[in-house]
Amino acid sequence: MKDKKATKIVFKSADEMPAMVISIGSQTHNKTGAWRNIRPEVDRSRCLKCGICWKFCPEPSIDIVDDWPVVDYDFCKGCGICAEECPAKCIVMVEEQK
Amino acid sequence: MKKVIMGNHALSYGAMLSRTRVIAAYPITPQTQVVELLSEMCADGTLDATFIKVESEHSAMASCIGASVAGARTFTATSAQGLALMHEMLHWASGGRHPVVMGNINRSMAPGWSIWTDQNDSLSERDTGWMQYYCSSNQEVLDTVIQAFKVSEALMIPAMVVLDAFALSHTYEVVDVPDQKAVDRYLPPFAPEIRLTPSDPHAFGGLTSPEHYFELRYKLQKDMEKAPALIEETGRDFEKAFGRPLGLVDAYRCDDADFLFVTSGTAGSTARVAVDALRNEGVRAGNLRLRVFRPFPFATVRKIVARAKKVAVVDRNISYGCHGIFFQEVKSALYGRPQAPPLFGFITGLGGRDITVEHFKEMAAQTLSHDRPEEEIGWIGVKR
Repeated sequence: MKDKKATKIVFKSADEMPAMVISIGSQTHNKTGAWRNIRPEVDRSRCLKCGICWKFCPEPSIDIVDDWPVVDYDFCKGCGICAEECPAKCIVMVEEQK
Repeated sequence: MKKVIMGNHALSYGAMLSRTRVIAAYPITPQTQVVELLSEMCADGTLDATFIKVESEHSAMASCIGASVAGARTFTATSAQGLALMHEMLHWASGGRHPVVMGNINRSMAPGWSIWTDQNDSLSERDTGWMQYYCSSNQEVLDTVIQAFKVSEALMIPAMVVLDAFALSHTYEVVDVPDQKAVDRYLPPFAPEIRLTPSDPHAFGGLTSPEHYFELRYKLQKDMEKAPALIEETGRDFEKAFGRPLGLVDAYRCDDADFLFVTSGTAGSTARVAVDALRNEGVRAGNLRLRVFRPFPFATVRKIVARAKKVAVVDRNISYGCHGIFFQEVKSALYGRPQAPPLFGFITGLGGRDITVEHFKEMAAQTLSHDRPEEEIGWIGVKR
């Protein structure tokens, strides 16, 4: 599992910066989870641990922890692809309350 | 080895000798032979490169950018509507600092449909952050591709090598095709400091907040400002290795000239003939052909133009509601200079209409007989 808690990178001057637009951390500290209207919830009693949700997540915000899929809600945008692809239909999209 | 080849094939040979590794292209008249020959070279093993067939010019440039990020020397070619379709990706190549080199055959923008030359296609991409070289012979086309890779990769800025439709693209000339070993000595393999590789993963071109975007653009301009000196330096090295100079400008009989043409592309060759004719008639004429348009060679233009008493700037293009584009740039280079001579802007040859020696003589006559231009734009050869 990647460390997604990396600190925000701020360059003090142009000289410090690479000319190429690379990895200045925006994908890490710009948490896209706030865009979500519906959230995927995994029912472990029916989960096959097949990893298809992990494979299909375009963000990618499903990690595999001890063989189980774990959604990273800091980055999940709630697209629902994992729920659509899950062969056991154990992922349900639930409306966000707030 | 000397070969008789068309301008389009001069581009292909330039890309081959530069040991281009990836070519992604979509055919369009008058560019087709460029990539036709390159695809043959890839197929028969003459060139160890991947040829990617794509469904549009937008995808061609997108593929070139991807290959360049992965560290491959990358080439493509297009023209007119194809270049316009690439527009978004042109910003991506320069903004992301991917040193793709592209041949662009100057073809007039439709409508009306035209396959003949003028410069409005490439000049519409003036502000995309690409370097632009304008060529006047097939030899210069081939040589410029090699030099362009060298300069672009040093600065991580892409470059367009521009040539006139038919006047160069389909015209056969004797071209000295350099020896591969000599080109290898001049142009080492592309070895970018940062590239897309599994051992050192990066995200490229990601979201950039107001905190950093401004600095990226500042850096692009600062590196572009290094280009004139580097083009002169690599041009001198090229002359040492191959015997042909490749400077920012081609100044013909400018040293003692009272009257100057400022030209670009193949019109710059015709202008030489006109200069000789005018000299025979007692006019001390010269021709300053701009080989490099971006970065604009301000210092060189100022130095040479300031020595003249009258200057005619020849544009095979127009910025509607304004002037010819080279005219604007030359004017801005001279603004506020006390020794600046009067500039006369002429627009001619749009849509591939021939620009003849007689047209140059007409421009000279109008310029020499007036203290200042009578009209904002001098129209040459238009039926009005």
